[in-house]
Amino acid sequence: MSCNDCNKVGDPRYDELQVYIDSLRDKPHFESYLIAVLHRAQGLFGYLSEETMNYVSCDMNIPTAQIWGVATFYHFFNLAEQGKHTVSVCMGTACYVKGAAEVLETLKKELGVEVGETSADKIFTLDEARCVGACGLAPVMMIDDEIYGDLTPDKVVAIIKKYREKAKGAA
Amino acid sequence: MTTDQITIYINNKQYQIKKGQTIMKAADSLGYHIPRLCYHPKLSIEGACRVCIVEVEGAKSFVASCAAPVVDGMRIRTNTKAVRQARRDIVELILDNHPQDCHTCERDGNCELQRLSSSMGISERFFEGQRKHYEQDISSKSVVRNPNKCILCGRCVRMCSQIQKVTNLGLAGRGFQTVVMPAFDQGMEDSVCVNCGQCINICPTAAFLEQGHSEAVFDLLNDDSLVKVVNVAPSVRAAIGESFGLEAGKNCEGQIFASLRKLGFDYVFDTNFTADLTIMEEAAELVQRVTTGGVLPMITSCSPGWVKCLEQFHPDMVAHLSTCKSPMSMAGAIIKTYFAGKISVDPKKMVNVGIMPCTAKKYEAARPEMNTNGNISTDYSLTTRELAWMIKSAGIDFVNIKPEEPDNPIGLSSGAGVIFGATGGVMEAAIRTAYHMITGKEMGEVKVEAVRGFEGIKEAALDVDGMEVRVAVAHGLGNAAKLMDIVKKHPEKYHFIEIMACPGGCIGGGGQPYPMTNSIPLDEKSLAKRASALYNSDDANELRRSHENPFIKTLYEEFLGEPLSEKSHKLLHTHYQQRGPNGIIPKEIEPLSA
Repeated sequence: MSCNDCNKVGDPRYDELQVYIDSLRDKPHFESYLIAVLHRAQGLFGYLSEETMNYVSCDMNIPTAQIWGVATFYHFFNLAEQGKHTVSVCMGTACYVKGAAEVLETLKKELGVEVGETSADKIFTLDEARCVGACGLAPVMMIDDEIYGDLTPDKVVAIIKKYREKAKGAA
Repeated sequence: MTTDQITIYINNKQYQIKKGQTIMKAADSLGYHIPRLCYHPKLSIEGACRVCIVEVEGAKSFVASCAAPVVDGMRIRTNTKAVRQARRDIVELILDNHPQDCHTCERDGNCELQRLSSSMGISERFFEGQRKHYEQDISSKSVVRNPNKCILCGRCVRMCSQIQKVTNLGLAGRGFQTVVMPAFDQGMEDSVCVNCGQCINICPTAAFLEQGHSEAVFDLLNDDSLVKVVNVAPSVRAAIGESFGLEAGKNCEGQIFASLRKLGFDYVFDTNFTADLTIMEEAAELVQRVTTGGVLPMITSCSPGWVKCLEQFHPDMVAHLSTCKSPMSMAGAIIKTYFAGKISVDPKKMVNVGIMPCTAKKYEAARPEMNTNGNISTDYSLTTRELAWMIKSAGIDFVNIKPEEPDNPIGLSSGAGVIFGATGGVMEAAIRTAYHMITGKEMGEVKVEAVRGFEGIKEAALDVDGMEVRVAVAHGLGNAAKLMDIVKKHPEKYHFIEIMACPGGCIGGGGQPYPMTNSIPLDEKSLAKRASALYNSDDANELRRSHENPFIKTLYEEFLGEPLSEKSHKLLHTHYQQRGPNGIIPKEIEPLSA
């Protein structure tokens, strides 16, 4: 390990990240693989924590301010721990016209979060999506890979309740 | 005609120029000043603001002249109606997202955006754009970050990473939500910011400012129960005149001392004196390290931005830093002990203000290890800009005021003290006295030309009575980083190193006056003028060496004993700590052996 600041010996995910970074080290413009490394890190940890970004900074010798710039630029990167399920409300034109804003407000109230945040019980992360290609069902939301259409505030609450009970039952 | 010459046309006039340059550079050399904002000659080309667009015949759209190279036969128009209109629209759009509070803004009258707007002929606002609403970051003792005033030109980010190699600032987020900030949106206080303040100097608006203390100092000056003491750093006198419209390089020390008395300070001292004192201690420390096998190379510690930089990025090298406090902190220590005793005043009833070219001095003043017998040594440290504002605000006619002398015993200084303000000056001053300490003789020629000037890294090998002393000088933290790489590879290469955090040394400090119209931050010509004010003052001084200063001699006789005495160590020396910023360097640090 070239990085002993982060002291992550023992966490196999860091070992895996290390192996990946080392495999890139001899490539031309090694530092240009930052996005790929962050991508891999998010795959391993689910999100990019300060700890993880510090680790990458040490190991790739890239200042944290630059890593932070990349991590905040791309929508793909999560900077906070994600819930078990990701709820994405479609904000495309058709859904918007058919009341997506109301759906989103209901979810914010029901989950107690703003867009991009994770509920206190760590079950849901609320997100916005552009058109998901199901305009005929507008307004729609996706929970993970499942699409729910023709939504009303009442339907949204019922669906969330179902997921919550299932998650709590599993736990 | 040689092959590297090409023909271009600017505004229908034909020119022969060298190929391989940008349109902007070519136009500059031909006397056409194209308006610009994000461009800076010392930084990489960003092409972000589009203010410098020109018309190029055959091009589909306007061309950013800072980034586009000239091509043979190119026909460029800089001032057509269409390009003027487009440029004006661009600046208007920037203004539409900018707070409309010029009349209460600290940069009013000194703002590049304001100047640009006026030169575009913008006299009306047509759009009401979206505004930014971020909290100001006031966590730092030195630098305030205000994203609401930021126009995202990125000059501070490039300054911080390319010139200073600190890379504390980055652009986070995207689009209109982009904000210049340290990693993880940390406060400046917790970040790797070294407080050098170069972001303030390079910012075209007021997105970065010093943490202001001038109102607090006005309050102190109105408190009759306190004895008010002030000391003025060498480089302040070489630059403050610019704030009053005087030409760069005019030495205004007499006007400063007179103005400070008019402001209400009871004792007006000169930090030049404690620069002499620093040299006595630092030269003695160098001689001791050289003769007793101490840690070498020894590195100067006057620049608080550099000290924090070393503690963070080169923590294995803290033992190389001279233990001497800076002239400002030595002044505080002497004022609150020796001088307090002389005038029989309780140091708790004294306030000491440092007038500094520097924002990092505010951070230094707040470091607890700088305290003297439990009292803060420097109650407030003001920048040159803050003092200039106080003088104006108090209605003092700085330009016409009758020059005065500083008070003794912390007033008279040698020429060695004043050159501290320019890169290489501390080195030169230390050599003059170290030579005497080693040989018992005086140097024939006091000038050490090899360490003067604005070369990034300067080296010299000096013959001290048969012994070779190898020295190096770096200014700007990017150059310091290069020099540290050399030292880590070749630990034996130098005995003594001077490093100043700011380009040019203190004369280019983060607290110095904003560049005047038609000059740019870091402009070497104005830095050279400021430096010449200090070197001329040295030349004009009968005393050229710190150890010749009669008040220094008296201070040692009456109070300190000798350099590196127990008392000197207690009052004038300090210690450092290894700081491990997240993600930059390992936490467990092996000290680099000498």
